[in-house]
Amino acid sequence: MKNRLKGVLTSPGMISFIASVASIAIGLIFGYVLLVCFNQAQALNGLGKILFAGASSAEKFSKVLYQAAPLMLTGLSVGFAFRTGLFNIGASGQYTMGTFFALFAGLTLKCPWWVALIAAMLGGAIWGAIPGLCKALFNVNEVITSIMFNWIGMFMVNLMMANIPTMLANHYGAPNADRTANLAAANKSAIIPKWGLDTLFGSDYINISIFITILVALIIYLVLNKTTFGYELKACGFNRNASIYAGINAKRNIVLSMVIAGALSGLGGGIYYLSGTAQYTIVKSLLAMGFNGIPVALLATSNPIGIIFSSIFVSYIQVGGEAMQPEFAKEIIDIIISVIIYLSAFALLLKGVIKKIMSIRKAKQGEGVSQ
Amino acid sequence: MSDYVVEMLNITKIFPGIKANDDITLQLKKGEVHALLGENGAGKSTLMSVLFGLYQPDGGSIKINGESVKINNPNDANALNIGMVHQHFMLVEIFSVLDNIILGVEPNSAGVLKRDEARTKIVELSKKYGLSIEPDALIEDVSVGMQQRVEILKMLYRDNEILIFDEPTAVLTPQEIKELMQIMKGLTAEGKSILFITHKLNEIMEVADRCTVLRKGKCIGTVNVADTTVEELSRMMVGREVHMIIDKKEAVPGKTVLKAENITVSSRLHKNNAVKDITFDVRAGEIVCLAGIEGNGQSELIYALTGIEKMSRGKLTLNGTDITKANIRTRSKSGISHIPEDRHKYGLILDYSLADNLVLQRYWEPEFQNRGFIRKAKVRKYAEKLISQYDVRSGQGADTMVRSMSGGNQQKAIIAREIDKDPELLIAIQPTRGLDIGAIEYIHSQLIAQRDSGKAVLLVSLELDEVMNVSDRILVMYEGEIVGEFKPSDIAVEQLGLYMAGAKRDARKGLSDNEGGERNT
Repeated sequence: MKNRLKGVLTSPGMISFIASVASIAIGLIFGYVLLVCFNQAQALNGLGKILFAGASSAEKFSKVLYQAAPLMLTGLSVGFAFRTGLFNIGASGQYTMGTFFALFAGLTLKCPWWVALIAAMLGGAIWGAIPGLCKALFNVNEVITSIMFNWIGMFMVNLMMANIPTMLANHYGAPNADRTANLAAANKSAIIPKWGLDTLFGSDYINISIFITILVALIIYLVLNKTTFGYELKACGFNRNASIYAGINAKRNIVLSMVIAGALSGLGGGIYYLSGTAQYTIVKSLLAMGFNGIPVALLATSNPIGIIFSSIFVSYIQVGGEAMQPEFAKEIIDIIISVIIYLSAFALLLKGVIKKIMSIRKAKQGEGVSQ
Repeated sequence: MSDYVVEMLNITKIFPGIKANDDITLQLKKGEVHALLGENGAGKSTLMSVLFGLYQPDGGSIKINGESVKINNPNDANALNIGMVHQHFMLVEIFSVLDNIILGVEPNSAGVLKRDEARTKIVELSKKYGLSIEPDALIEDVSVGMQQRVEILKMLYRDNEILIFDEPTAVLTPQEIKELMQIMKGLTAEGKSILFITHKLNEIMEVADRCTVLRKGKCIGTVNVADTTVEELSRMMVGREVHMIIDKKEAVPGKTVLKAENITVSSRLHKNNAVKDITFDVRAGEIVCLAGIEGNGQSELIYALTGIEKMSRGKLTLNGTDITKANIRTRSKSGISHIPEDRHKYGLILDYSLADNLVLQRYWEPEFQNRGFIRKAKVRKYAEKLISQYDVRSGQGADTMVRSMSGGNQQKAIIAREIDKDPELLIAIQPTRGLDIGAIEYIHSQLIAQRDSGKAVLLVSLELDEVMNVSDRILVMYEGEIVGEFKPSDIAVEQLGLYMAGAKRDARKGLSDNEGGERNT
């Protein structure tokens, strides 16, 4: 019995799990220390909120899923590109472009939600294709181009939103002109359906988007691991020279990979802003959703199935963080959230340590038997 | 005081699934050249890594000058005066010879570099040991032989007493190898002790005093070189009789398979063309060998033939079909197999499993995919077939990450993949580089078997033995041109060396303007 327990404990899957849990625990302890530093009286209360607020009610949990959906898509976008040897730091720009295409289809062209989502993918794909083409044709590093395209995309979208009257809230009777229209007032058919989930959870935030995104994650998993296309993409990512040697068209794959990554981010923008509960506000900063895709992808080591869970985890912590206001300032909450996420990424490191400890123990036991 | 400067006693090192070193004892006497002989994967590198502090042994002990030591990292090894010339040189290309030698131990006062002091010491050392160098030349401009002398001086500059040479002759010309042997003898005469890792038996016979043989992680024994023969050493290493001389039938060349006309390829390194207006052909049932010293355009020529690099001029015909403009995949489909020069850079995807690597040239065939989905079961079955047919050894069979396999077995995997494609033309660039005698014998026999089954084989080799033994026709390349064409039976090795070094050349008349015409022999 004891031996069987040991066997379970030393299996590779269990070691990964222990490492992940341990690193999250370390992250939380560190976060708690920070909380004590900032506001001792409320520290324990704050930690409790980070840990439990996300699951405290159906309403809060629907908020978790609501934010996890677009995060999962930007995570998949970054992770997919990573697998093929590209660093897609342009997820934010692609996400913004996807948002514009989706809202343009929904608000100005009065398309139904699914057409708007396809439009979102198209917008993101175009914004991903340009850095991909630059890399394939002129060997310009995709990191540089996609950073520039984040800003170009954001300002372009702002410009277009502000100058197309049918996009803005005041066109539909609301007072403000700095944000896009409420879909409920402008085009109800563009809102992603809820299939009764809203009454079940008692929250307006929930809709079917979490199912759509999980489906997308599964498709990406299949493409990467089961198809010749995925075989080629990963081959390019691992060893571009060998893939060229094998007659794989590496340039075409670079472009396709960026197009797909862009489409995923773009779909993320569509999913978020077609929920009916979000309005795009015209501000001069990049949307964080795109950048948050990077830790989501890293936490899951770019594994599409892992990204489902890591995006929900990050979203859960964020919802917990929101609940800490007003006792803690928003900036402090952001610091603590990033510390927790950052330390969670230590899972890989811890995995090695745990393996080592286990093997030393095993060796010692072996000696004990022989004596 | 012990007789031995280095004693590695009963060293055991276990990796998951494999015992890389199993109770190995190696004792190095002061002032001797001690050869360490073994096939790839026999555990030579692991043993040296243990001595260098890169791995910790799971059992056994190390003594230096009779005292037990624990070597935790390469710095410890350095402090014990152990130095190593790696197979791939560890030099900064854009630094001068002098700067490379002092790198890491720069003499200085208050942070200001004292180059003159270093120069005096280096010039002294180079005179004492007969290592001629140009201190101010950049590494990228000097010959491979001089780069190696720089590596040796690096060890001497650090006052290393125990010198490890890891397959030092792999990259040298015959003349340079001779020089190196002299240098090694000079070093031991001055009291240095040398560990010489190799699988070239002739070199051991020439320079080594004693030889320790490893096989499959076990120590087979240590012998006095004077009391042994090449045959006995190879039997110890491989564990069976090895045929040193390849017996093969006379070639029966058939129709022309590859016709290359006026091939010109520009260089990526310099402004000149790497390949200058070369014309030749390869016929079915013959092995044509491109001989030459590394860097004379052989690689660029092969890249142009396989489509990896574009040629600026020329025409390629494969079995009568013009493939000048065809892409890599088309050329591969129409019957070119390519065993590339650098198996890590081109030949394999190290982070893919063995099975995935074995279908790298055919994963798109209907046998292995169905509407874009890979048929994993079929891939696996095919991989297992190749693994048993070509005796590719690995820890976990078809699922093994190729990165964890030994060099020889990685190469076997590539050969299995390329030969099983059933090509019209098999191009092999240095297919035996860095491999042991057993693997070399195997690869040579595979090449000859391909020839005998009527395939055309184009072999690029730097090894004179290989050139002379395997080929049916030799083309010598020097500075991007073919400077001579011979039958191996018509030329002596020394003569061939002169052609390779550019000291002699024939005008290959008629070939460029009247292809297929008269040829020099």
